[in-house]
Amino acid sequence: MSRFRAHSVLPSFNLALGFTLLYLSLIVLIPLSALFFKTATLGWGGFWDVITGDRVVASLRVTFLTSFIAALINAFFGLIVAWVLVRYTFPGKRIVDALVDLPFALPTAVAGITLAALYAPNGWMGQYFAAHDIKVAYTPTGIVVALTFIGLPFVVRTVQPVLADVEAEVEEAAASLGAGRWAVFSRVIFPAIYPALLTGFALAFARAIGEYGSVIFIAGNMPYISEIAPLLIVAKLEQYDYAGATAIAVVMLLLSFALLLALNALQWWTSRRGAR
Amino acid sequence: MSTRSVQRKISTHESLGVTLLLIGVALSYLLLFLGLPLATVFVEAFKKGWELYLSALMEPDAWAAIKLTLIAAGIAVPANLVFGVAAAWAIAKFEFKGKSLLITLIDLPFAVSPVVSGLVYVLLFGAQGWFGHWLQAHDIRLIFAVPGIVLATIFVTFPFIARELIPLMQSQGKEEEEAAVSLGASGWQTFWRVTLPNIKWGLLYGVILCNARAMGEFGAVSVVSGHIRGLTNTMPLHVEILYNEYNFVAAFAVASLLALLALLTLVIKSLVEWQAKRSGEPLH
Repeated sequence: MSRFRAHSVLPSFNLALGFTLLYLSLIVLIPLSALFFKTATLGWGGFWDVITGDRVVASLRVTFLTSFIAALINAFFGLIVAWVLVRYTFPGKRIVDALVDLPFALPTAVAGITLAALYAPNGWMGQYFAAHDIKVAYTPTGIVVALTFIGLPFVVRTVQPVLADVEAEVEEAAASLGAGRWAVFSRVIFPAIYPALLTGFALAFARAIGEYGSVIFIAGNMPYISEIAPLLIVAKLEQYDYAGATAIAVVMLLLSFALLLALNALQWWTSRRGAR
Repeated sequence: MSTRSVQRKISTHESLGVTLLLIGVALSYLLLFLGLPLATVFVEAFKKGWELYLSALMEPDAWAAIKLTLIAAGIAVPANLVFGVAAAWAIAKFEFKGKSLLITLIDLPFAVSPVVSGLVYVLLFGAQGWFGHWLQAHDIRLIFAVPGIVLATIFVTFPFIARELIPLMQSQGKEEEEAAVSLGASGWQTFWRVTLPNIKWGLLYGVILCNARAMGEFGAVSVVSGHIRGLTNTMPLHVEILYNEYNFVAAFAVASLLALLALLTLVIKSLVEWQAKRSGEPLH
């Protein structure tokens, strides 16, 4: 049998690893395992009944659809923001760059009430939409707005360093061989930053699926229409339906993991194709 | 004429028009989604003047919420700091089996919805939970009480400091520590005099991000709090209650404090990044 660890002269390995494992187990692993044990008390039939309930399916659809759209918006504009921050200089650029992280730092409840106030029919933004008979707040569109805010930094921050590393020589070579600016971007630069873009998209998407605080104020929370899955978990908890709440939580976790796996596979596949 | 057209062909820059268009699109997007909401917080908070703003903050319930937020963050951040240093020490300075699994498990709380983070503690310690009967028999309340809020806060901020320190300490290797130990330094001396000075900016960076999330967490804390005014409301929960009571000025007044905290976090974060770059200790 090979040894568990290689020899080292440094002290305190057992103490550090022991504490790490103990703390990890107590705070994260044991509590998370409770999810699966609690769901097991429902049995397969009970679990299936909960997760195929109309209201649950509708909430999962709303959650995943709005999260997907918000992540797409962020992928498109996030790429432009990253490009502008890496390639161009303009006054106030450092402040703009720092401000990109605002959604990481601003509490979600603050974002929620602020966006609701902005996009309500009498709000600064909402009044212009209301003039054209478009409702943003208290509809699924409002959810997309909140999730776009929450996911904004992910694509920018994953693409930025990769874009900065694209070597000028490669671009010059392509250009001197006669490629136009758009051809250089689509054939040289985009393939280099595509994996990072996909990672940023996946992170924004995953974050949006679990998001609660910023959404509930602007969503209107109408069952079947603008009720997100995390809110349904809270609603079930308030009715002391712990097993039902847990079943939804487990489905959300499984769906998110499946999506992240699929995105990882896609990324692996495209990077292999690119390498050939 | 012909040389000029060749020059233009191999240019690696966009035309001025495209450049301005891209900058315009990027700035409009950021203004719409970041600038406008940020401004709205303060405009709504001061809508009815300074006096109402201050009186909303002077309210005893607001004070209780501020105090509870400080307590939760004051316990969660140091706890996760000790954990982050221990985990990074074990992972970066030693070779052992299952290391990458351990790193993945540390990131787990980021993959979980905040609501689910609160839910797991209700399943453990709630009235119907695994330990519910035992806790009730001994008259201990964790859920709908302060300990539950602290636990949920620790859970959602769990990975912040560890994930900052692990790659940083891995990239620095262990030669300096090994030299210190072989020259006779004790474990503590090695950590305080050799390791800590090397990781101070990364550590500070992690602490700032951890603190911002700890003070601002809503979903997880909301599930375990029970929303008892003056007792189990943190600042974000107090904002929610005021907002749902249509007391918008007070809600935005408390929210403005949290927005100031967010801005302060961004400023310190930028300063730390700048300092780290200057001292040649790159973050991430």
